[in-house]
Amino acid sequence: MRLADTLRFARDAAAGYPMRTTLSVIAMSIGVAAVVILTALGDGARRYVVGQFSSIGTNLVIVLPGRSGTGGFNPANAITTTPRDLTIDDAGALRRAPAVRRAAPLAVGTSEISFGGRLREVMVAGSTAEFLPIRNFELAQGQGLPEEDWNRGSAVAVIGNTIRTEMFGNTPAIGQLIRVGDRRLRVVGVLKSVGQGLGMNTDELVIVPVALAQAMFNSNTLFRVLVEAKSRSAIPEAKEQVMEILKQRHRGEEDITVITQDAVLATFDKLLGALTLGVAGIAAISLAVAGILVMNVMLVAVTQRTGEIGLLKALGAPARTIRLAFLAEAAMLSTVGALVGYLLGQAGAFGLRQTFPVFPAYPPDWAVIAALSTALITGLLFGVMPARRAARLDPVQALMKH
Amino acid sequence: MALIELQGIERTFQLGDASVHALTALDLRIEAGEYVAVMGPSGSGKSTLLNLLGLLDRPNAGTYRLEGRDITTLSPDEQARVRSQRIGFVFQSFHLVPRLTAAENIALPMTLAGIPQKERNARVARALVNFGLDKRADHRPDQLSGGQRQRVAIARATIMQPALILADEPTGNLDRHTGEEVVNLLEALNASGVTLVVVTHDQGMGARARRQLVMEDGRLKHDSATPHNAPR
Ligand SMILES: Nc1ncnc2c1ncn2[C@@H]1O[C@H](COP(=O)(O)OP(=O)(O)O)[C@@H](O)[C@H]1O
Ligand SMILES: [Mg+2]
Repeated sequence: MRLADTLRFARDAAAGYPMRTTLSVIAMSIGVAAVVILTALGDGARRYVVGQFSSIGTNLVIVLPGRSGTGGFNPANAITTTPRDLTIDDAGALRRAPAVRRAAPLAVGTSEISFGGRLREVMVAGSTAEFLPIRNFELAQGQGLPEEDWNRGSAVAVIGNTIRTEMFGNTPAIGQLIRVGDRRLRVVGVLKSVGQGLGMNTDELVIVPVALAQAMFNSNTLFRVLVEAKSRSAIPEAKEQVMEILKQRHRGEEDITVITQDAVLATFDKLLGALTLGVAGIAAISLAVAGILVMNVMLVAVTQRTGEIGLLKALGAPARTIRLAFLAEAAMLSTVGALVGYLLGQAGAFGLRQTFPVFPAYPPDWAVIAALSTALITGLLFGVMPARRAARLDPVQALMKH
Repeated sequence: MALIELQGIERTFQLGDASVHALTALDLRIEAGEYVAVMGPSGSGKSTLLNLLGLLDRPNAGTYRLEGRDITTLSPDEQARVRSQRIGFVFQSFHLVPRLTAAENIALPMTLAGIPQKERNARVARALVNFGLDKRADHRPDQLSGGQRQRVAIARATIMQPALILADEPTGNLDRHTGEEVVNLLEALNASGVTLVVVTHDQGMGARARRQLVMEDGRLKHDSATPHNAPR
């Protein structure tokens, strides 16, 4: 049989049994679509969290007061020494470490903000001019905290976007005097809106000079020191230098904890990799189910058509012609099914991204490839295998099943 | 050289423990151009014989020569080729492909044989006219009457210009009148030189053939071509 005739014959056969053609296309497309959407979800979750962590800053090394982590609670330590607090001068000293590009102290607390009779509770972050670049925060209006002696603290504030709308509405905020706690501060900058991130929500944050914050909260200690290493490869070095400097400043006590963003990211990446694998497992199961569905539809179809195969043989078709005709038909069904499933899946992922814009629900390439090839292979295999068997029967045996 | 030469043909079917001898010690010669009717009670082996002649089935023992060539030793694909080129089959239940039109059903053997579309169209157009189906070319089998269906089947059986046409109770599903038409068609084909073997229940129809074979219990009980009314 000629190729064009084989293809036409296969097409007519597929069109001639609309029920089973629809069934196998649906089965296959559901399987493929499930894989595409589920892996888009899993991988989207992974990307989202990694993205959130990266947005905390670049090459970050974070210093926490107190010794914690793997060492656990050490009774000897607890009796002999009281952990020293982290101070503004500690943070300043870290700026001299060769592997460190910038460092910013961070003191946090809650307070009340008021302007023009409007009042609300806010999170206050005390830091320095370098806080914004270290955390990759961007300004929508005005400027950041001034470069000044860290221990002085001018009466200024940078506010988050939500605070700005709630306090000022449509009137300009820059230059206005607000009250935070018992201080009057001038608004010098407004942060760009970023939506809900990990940790603190910067849209509802008020940033003030660190000395001012400590005075407001009546404390000398810092919540964190944020250090930015010169490069990704300098992170371990920076960590060691930070530990060394603080150890010296704290009379030989290692009473701080240093964590690197890298390590946190790596842990999360592993966790989320497992999540994606889990999702892939679910996807694989849905594909397997689709494959079995396709297999059954195809098996029933070929069994129904054993009589037709017998007739073709009686009319002089060699086994090869029959195999090719069924192969072409199975290929058409699987291709259409895989394609429809792919489009459905991409549409679903697109819908997810439209509904949750912050969530990058893109299916990973490997999942798409696995889904498409599994669908095609099961479709072809189970379309052709029973046809091969039927083509080997004596014509009269096949004919009698008409 | 005879068109068909059967010698010592045996065909047994295994049904559980019992074996059914559908054909036993069958010898038969049919010359090219003959018109043969095969008759006999139901279950006597008529269809089995026809299936063997049409290479749809294989004997358990014996030799079958078609145009001098030993057919039983051919590979399945070589047998398919012989079916395609030399043999046309007409079944009692028509066996048309339901999703194909009359024209496509008639063309099917040519399509399977890889004959180019142009030649197919020309030959199908001629066949449609010859078999009075030119108004039905685009109808599907379920839009055709029984007689029309069998005419499509006969057109399909002849489209490859075979040497031998085998018809297994071709009028079995038709009323008397349309059955008559179908037999006339087959006889006209025979008149043009094609060898015709028809299985029939109908005594009258059988009598129209120039030679009658009567089967019983898988044996040839009577062959009108042999003078003493007994198998050789
Ligand atoms: N595929 C088969 N399996 C088992 N027995 C069969 C098969 N085909 C035919 N037979 C048996 O062989 C015998 C001859 O059948 P058949 O040639 O169909 O008879 P007829 O066409 O003369 O009515 C019958 O006994 C029938 O039951
Ligand atoms: Mg019969």
